Amino acid sequence: MTTVTLGLSRDDRPILIAALFIFVILVAGTVYTFARFGSAPLLSPTYLLQQLQVGAFLGIVSAGMMVVILIAQIDLSVPWTLAAAAMMATSIGGPLAIPVGLGVGLLVGIINGIGVAYLRVPSMIFTLGVNAVMRGLMVAHTGGYAPQTTATELMRTLAGDRTLGIPNALFVWAAVSVLVAVILQRTPLGRYIYAIGNRESAAYLAGIDTRRVTVICFALCGLAAALTGVLLAGYSTKAYQGMGDTYLLPSIAAVVIGGTNILGGRGRYLGTLVGVVLIVLLNSVLSIMEMPEAGRQVIYGLVIILMLLVYGRGERVTS
Amino acid sequence: MLDDLAIRVRQNIGLLTAILLFCILYLLYNLTHPKGFSSAVLVQNGNEIFALAMLAMAQTVPVLASGLDLSVGAVMTMVGCFASYLLAGAVGGTPLHLDIFGLQLGLGTFPGGTSGILLGLAACAVIGLIAGFVNGCIVVYGRIQPIIATLATGAVYIGIALFLRPTPGGKIDEDLNWALTNSLGDFAATVHIFNDGSATWFSPIAWIPVPFVLLVLIALLVWVPFRRSVLGRAVYAVGSAEGAAYMSGLPIARAKIAAFTLAGFFAGCGGLFLAIQTSSGNADIPQAGAYTLNSIASVVIGGTSLLGGTGSAIGSIFGAMILRVISFFFRIFDIAPLLQPLFEGLILLIAVSIGALGVLRVKNTLELFR
Repeated sequence: MTTVTLGLSRDDRPILIAALFIFVILVAGTVYTFARFGSAPLLSPTYLLQQLQVGAFLGIVSAGMMVVILIAQIDLSVPWTLAAAAMMATSIGGPLAIPVGLGVGLLVGIINGIGVAYLRVPSMIFTLGVNAVMRGLMVAHTGGYAPQTTATELMRTLAGDRTLGIPNALFVWAAVSVLVAVILQRTPLGRYIYAIGNRESAAYLAGIDTRRVTVICFALCGLAAALTGVLLAGYSTKAYQGMGDTYLLPSIAAVVIGGTNILGGRGRYLGTLVGVVLIVLLNSVLSIMEMPEAGRQVIYGLVIILMLLVYGRGERVTS
Repeated sequence: MLDDLAIRVRQNIGLLTAILLFCILYLLYNLTHPKGFSSAVLVQNGNEIFALAMLAMAQTVPVLASGLDLSVGAVMTMVGCFASYLLAGAVGGTPLHLDIFGLQLGLGTFPGGTSGILLGLAACAVIGLIAGFVNGCIVVYGRIQPIIATLATGAVYIGIALFLRPTPGGKIDEDLNWALTNSLGDFAATVHIFNDGSATWFSPIAWIPVPFVLLVLIALLVWVPFRRSVLGRAVYAVGSAEGAAYMSGLPIARAKIAAFTLAGFFAGCGGLFLAIQTSSGNADIPQAGAYTLNSIASVVIGGTSLLGGTGSAIGSIFGAMILRVISFFFRIFDIAPLLQPLFEGLILLIAVSIGALGVLRVKNTLELFR
């Protein structure tokens, strides 16, 4: 075993294997398109950049989700936090649109954090309730239809336009990534997050205000979801009902495929990046192959199980 | 004797609160309903409650073993789609064929008539069992965290459901639909027992809705024996301390597989009923997600700890009924449909927050981190 994992830490192995799998997807997809259409769109930079632009939204949600998973919690309120931020941003409009949108996310995150950290309600159930409340508020606000308001110029520029040929959304994703990676690896807050994920009582005894850190983590996740909502509204020029529904499970999957332990305390941000790219590429190859939704779901589930069987296995109780 | 009773009450405080809350809410509902306390209202409520109650039971078993099953809604949907093929009950049987990427495969004819329907019901229950068994094996032998494992298998099951029913459709035998979604009297009249339901001894109980009878039967014949068995006790033991359970020589691997298998069976029964009730199969992904999340909420409201080891499926049934009764009230008080999701969410949050107020009494902060 040691010879196989030569020089690789326990956290690096999943990232390497996931990266290898991305390579496999690219090769398999290229072989398919070459055989069928005689072209290789998957290898053209334009196509890849376009896919990554769409992937940026999932990437930002996943960055926030990872922080929460690292402290052994989960945030199920992401879908409607995202949609609420987008709807509030578009209905306020003007220069205040983006701050208001992000403010919604921050507020929801803090409420989640207080419920989980101070009331000690399991995050699974508290964030579920918050998600229902946000959905209720938005349905009441919009009357159940897609809001008529449109995204501001700045939102559209950030999400849809390109600078030097590279989509702006990628710059935003990169900025968020650097921020999260620095927080996790270079700041005391990052150390606290890993410590809480490993054993909260030990972290508390070591003098960490674990409850405050928990609130901060949920606030970060709420902010990330809100930022995605604002960008997504800019990308599609308006907010719509259920725009966040397709981001919850893929973001959890991306984090876990990247080697982060769902029970918290272990995992690197690089892994989450690789996980997001894997899911985005898998999706685009499946849509090139014109795979029906049924086959997509099956393959999606099988890939998650397969990846985790390779490197995500827990320890035996007996050991 | 009194001490004994006091201890029992304290141990089951969650369950008792749920039962009490349900009784109060349901009494209020019937008092305010113009046709309250009538068989028709009961039948309607029974039909609306059954599927969620089954899913709540399904969710309870893995939760007791401190795992979570995010695939219950998917199993329900998949079994429902199978049922829309197997329960058509047409005379002469239903031809089955597979269509994989244009490849047509004939699978013979599924028998029709009464024996065909009974066979179909059994087949659907077995499909649920198998789905749960697969979950259990992946969790135990694959050693993957239950949340993630069932998230992934849930996607696979939804995929199979979509494959079976890309668009809603199918057919369920009308007599079956009528017999199972009405009162006992209608059931007897449809299947021709007890003098078509007009036997003298039968009339006092003819008003009871069939869904409630089924619920009680499944709880008494499946859940109660399971809980009293060695495996059932092992599930509780695994949930409270897996290491200790292993050291005590309990069959922890079998207990976990049994927990997920039973969850698959209950979820399958829910899907079966939903298909029978709507007379069709529908691979509705949002509905599957909503049922999964509501099943978790029912479990918590019913007094089962998400950490595992304490609680019971009976409590979860009451949790599910409380959730449903709350939505019945929206109809009575004529609350705008647009505001209903908001109230549902707020009530859930308030309920769990009140349940959590105990933390304010904790003197040693360390006790919070469990």
